[in-house]
Parts: sequence; structure tokens; C-alpha cells
Amino acid sequence: MIILKINGLEVKAEEGWTILETAKFYGIEIPTLCYNEGLSAYGGCRLCLVEIGEGPKAKLASSCTYPAEEGLVVRTDTRRVIETRRMMIELMLSLAPNSKIIQDLASKFGVTKVRFKVRNEECILCGLCVRMCREQMDGKAIGFQNRGHKRKISTPFDIKSEECRLCGGCMYICPACQLKCQGPEADTTVCNACLTMDPTCLDYYDELQCWMYNAGRCGTCVREKPEKSDSKEQAENSK
Amino acid sequence: MEVEELKIKSCINKYNFEKKALISILQDIQEEYNYLPQEALNIVSKTLGIPLIDIVGAATFYRAFSLEPRGKHLVTVCVGTACHVRGAPNILAEFEKKLNIKAGETTDDGQFSLETVACLGCCAIGPVVIADSNYYAQTSVRKVDAILKKHRKKEK
Repeated sequence: MIILKINGLEVKAEEGWTILETAKFYGIEIPTLCYNEGLSAYGGCRLCLVEIGEGPKAKLASSCTYPAEEGLVVRTDTRRVIETRRMMIELMLSLAPNSKIIQDLASKFGVTKVRFKVRNEECILCGLCVRMCREQMDGKAIGFQNRGHKRKISTPFDIKSEECRLCGGCMYICPACQLKCQGPEADTTVCNACLTMDPTCLDYYDELQCWMYNAGRCGTCVREKPEKSDSKEQAENSK
Repeated sequence: MEVEELKIKSCINKYNFEKKALISILQDIQEEYNYLPQEALNIVSKTLGIPLIDIVGAATFYRAFSLEPRGKHLVTVCVGTACHVRGAPNILAEFEKKLNIKAGETTDDGQFSLETVACLGCCAIGPVVIADSNYYAQTSVRKVDAILKKHRKKEK
């Protein structure tokens, strides 16, 4: 048993656990994007960053790849962490503004503008598809090519790979190229529809399950029940 | 150019079919053909048992490898900081004009390929131009013609 501190809470981790796994076990939320339980950790999206250590020596590390160590002091919600996280979301938005998953993350973390040139590459190089192909589908059909700003994910020579069995696993797991944000067309890159629409509850809960119940509920979900078909749509939008 | 399986196999055999020698094998193939032909990589993948995508990943990662056919002569112009301030952009422009290609391209007759490099580590003798692994120090726009002529001559 390894004993460490996450957000001041003393937690016990088993040998071989990462910080992310430990936090998940104790119900401490750390957002992730390129992490998937069935795949090896990659640490590419930098959303799961946490601050490790205290004082001026504190450093940022990706919790999905950092092993739980004895006596480690981890903080998951410092200003530095949140600001870095916002920056990462902003960068990812500029690469793949049509992705619903990333737009939802932007709404959730209050990213309301993108200061970078929008590149519409529909790929954030999170490597999920590569790992999916390799580890779960035993395919090895796609992989990273080139480097630097030319880095891309493709099959060898950009032609259909002999190894590819058209299983579709890569498209299933992709956060950027498949799910298009269905929110209203926005003038800016950021849709933020989930922030401005009723209910503002990002995760839809009914009255009984409201997680804000004790903390003074926002009340948007009980104000006026919309039509049934509407509420379904809104629930989907807000998810 | 036809890719001969035997030639590729002998390149691999030189390193006892070891997977870790991939880069050396690719270098030998590049030496042979001036670039990495698609069929050659297929053969390497099958013989060594390395997934093709991993080989392509390594081949595209390093600038020394090229998946496109390259000219017989390779001209590399250094455009690093030191060479830049000493006029490398002008020299590069002159090469581009003389060869009628852009950096990274190959002439239609397959004689010359033009490339740039960020720094060669010999800033004191800049601006540097390498043509077929011959280093030309303190080059200027005027010397461009001479360099091209010299290497075109070698051919004959």
C-alpha cells in the first residue's frame, strides 16, 4: 500500500497504480481525453495534468502516466492546473473545432474564445486510434508519421493498408473526426451552446439526483420543464 | 528503378536480420537507390517482421531519409542563424533560380535535389553549402554556378 495525498486527502494506492487511477478510485475528478482504460496510457492531451509537490518546486505532470509514489503531494485543482488545462483545450479547439467532445470540454471549463489560428485538421494527435488499432484490434495499420508540425496519423504511404480489416475501431474511438458538434452554428470557433442554453446544468440530472442539492442548486433544471422531445435533445446537447 | 529483392535482402543480411538495425538497413537502402522505394520497405517489413507502419514512421521521422525519388546530386544549403545573417537566403534563392526548383524538390532530369538544413555546426565557415558530401565554405551567390558546374561535370 502506497500512501499519498490528493487535494489534502490521504489516500491509499495499490502498487502499480497511477495518480489518475488512484484519484478515480476515490472519486476525485480529473478530466481526460486521450486516456482509455483498455489502452496504454499515452499522456498526449495533457488534460489530466496535476500539480505535484509543494511550494516553488511544484511541477505539472500528467496523472495518467505518473505512478503513485509514497508521500506524494498531489493537487488537482490549483489555478496553475486549471489555466494550463484551459490552454490545452484552446489549442485543441483550434485544431479540431468541429469535435463535440472538445467543444463540450470547452464549455465545461469555461473556454469561451480561441486565440489561435483555426486549422481545422480534425485531428489532435491524441493517438487513441493508433493505440486502439495496435492494442485492441491487433492491426498495426495506422501510426504516426513525420514530425513537428507535419506530424500526422495515417496508413503507410497513405494507401489502404494490408493489415487493415476495416474494423472501424479507430473511428469509433476518435474524439475529433467523428462526432460533429450539433450545437447552433457559432460565429466564433467556440460553440459554448451548452453554457448559454437552458438548462445550464452540463450533466443533466433530475431533481433528486442533482449534485448541487446541498450547495444551493442552480435551479435551471427544475425551472420550467420543456417538452419531452425537447428535453431529450437538450439533455443530449448538454451531455 | 527496379527494386531487387536480393539486393534488399543482402542489406538486411549484413546486420544478421536484427530488428534493432532498422536505421542502418534503411541507410544502406537509401545509399543504393538515393531514396527509400515503397517495395523495398515492404520487403524489409516482411523479412524483419516489423510492422510496415513502424518502418514508415521511422523513415518519415528522420530528414535524412526520403520516400520520394531524389536526384543524383544532393545540394544542401544551410539556412541556420549564422548562415542566415551571412546571406544564406540569397544563396538558396540563387540555387532555386538556377535549378528552377524549390527547396525540397528534384529537377525534372533527375540530376539535382535541393534541400535546406537548419545548422551544420560549422558556423565559422558559413554560409555553408554541401554538394554530394563536399563542404563548400564561405559560399556566395557568385559561387553557386561553379558548384553546380563542378558536380554536373563529375557525372560525365
